[in-house]
Amino acid sequence: MVSKVKLDFSIIPRFIPMLLDGVRMTILLTLMAVGIGVVLGLVAALMKMSKFKLLRFIASAYIEIIRGTPLMIQLYLVYFGMPQLIGFIIPDAIASVCALGFNSGAYVSEIIRAGIMSVDRGQTEAAYSLGMNSNMTMRYIIIPQAVKNILPALVNEFITLIKESSVVSVIGLTELTRKANMITSVTFRAFEPLIVVAFLYFILTFTLSKFMGGFERRLRKSDYR
Amino acid sequence: MITVKNLYKQFGKLEVLKDISCNIEKGEVVVVIGPSGSGKSTLLRCINMLEVPTSGDVIVEGIKINEKGVNINKLRQKMGMVFQHFNLFPHLSVLDNITLAPKKVRKIDDKQAMSEALELLDRVGLLDKKDAYPAQLSGGQKQRIAIARALAMKPDIMLFDEPTSALDPEMVKEVLNVIQDLVKEGMTMMIVTHEMGFAREAADRIMFMDEGRIIEQGIPDAIFSNPQNERTKSFLSKIL
Repeated sequence: MVSKVKLDFSIIPRFIPMLLDGVRMTILLTLMAVGIGVVLGLVAALMKMSKFKLLRFIASAYIEIIRGTPLMIQLYLVYFGMPQLIGFIIPDAIASVCALGFNSGAYVSEIIRAGIMSVDRGQTEAAYSLGMNSNMTMRYIIIPQAVKNILPALVNEFITLIKESSVVSVIGLTELTRKANMITSVTFRAFEPLIVVAFLYFILTFTLSKFMGGFERRLRKSDYR
Repeated sequence: MITVKNLYKQFGKLEVLKDISCNIEKGEVVVVIGPSGSGKSTLLRCINMLEVPTSGDVIVEGIKINEKGVNINKLRQKMGMVFQHFNLFPHLSVLDNITLAPKKVRKIDDKQAMSEALELLDRVGLLDKKDAYPAQLSGGQKQRIAIARALAMKPDIMLFDEPTSALDPEMVKEVLNVIQDLVKEGMTMMIVTHEMGFAREAADRIMFMDEGRIIEQGIPDAIFSNPQNERTKSFLSKIL
């Protein structure tokens, strides 16, 4: 039986520095994960479009396995599983960034691949007909046009990852969600810190999606300049 | 200058080109006509290897180009191509569309590329559009820019793949005029088109294709006034 207690947000203010600390950690974690994700994603996307079957297979396997298994299991595998193989403990921050980045890479690679494929085939043919090789064509013709499709989707991925990153609280990394648990354990109250934390997540994601809306409008405008 | 020998091209089970052999001499203007689906565009695209032939040879300036190890990029520099749908680079200004390949492929400096581009723009009558973006241009203007872009590589031969088929009727003439100017300058050209009046006027030789084969070829007067083959006759009677 749980005893009912009235909501009392006055317990929150003294934890504000701690919560902001959590926000900082969440943002930092997400930024680093997206950074790794973009690099891995670019490599995986290029591999998947390669003419070598083996590279295509490796990329597909990576993408399918990551997308087909829960992020939390992936995190456990890195944090609890890997030490068993390599013989030393991985700090929770590093395990978190690795798991999130590795996970994000699979999604980013599909974003990048879709962006590149969306550029009209005629663009490549025109570049080839002018004597450009495939590297030049990628660099000067395809990528600049693909970026327009890729950037908004990447911001979206960033927003998703901000929310997904809350899962690393289970291994004790003191990001935003973990801070809520910590406040609960001190105050014996769950609702107030969770609501405040949810609100902080919402501010982060809402600001970003508004920013992305404006950004997309600007990108679209340049189509008709 | 270009020799095609026993060229076959298949897309899956569909045989698009069947045993094509032909020759294009330096300075010659060859216009390819024929019903849609007859393989005209595919033949043109095989000549600069945008389509890889299934079998047979394409020999350009003495080099067999559909062979492993041939630097096709190098050979394509000498063959300008103009597409039905223009394929201008939408993210680049008109000037950058024209100067990109000369700068990156021919490796000439910015100043030289710029002055060559301005000269070409003047030639196609679009000097005032140099800072515009493709989306701001009409179809006819886009195609004239596309021609200037191809010419900027100083090609020995120009390939035109239905250059006026995607244009509104009132813009066809401005593009044909530019091509006509190239004819006068003695450019070697292979043109796929449905503009019969233009074909008759500009061509040194007409090539009629149907169902993946060259059915008949000859000087325009002979083909248009006195076609020998039944299929040529029936095609021309439908469109003239």
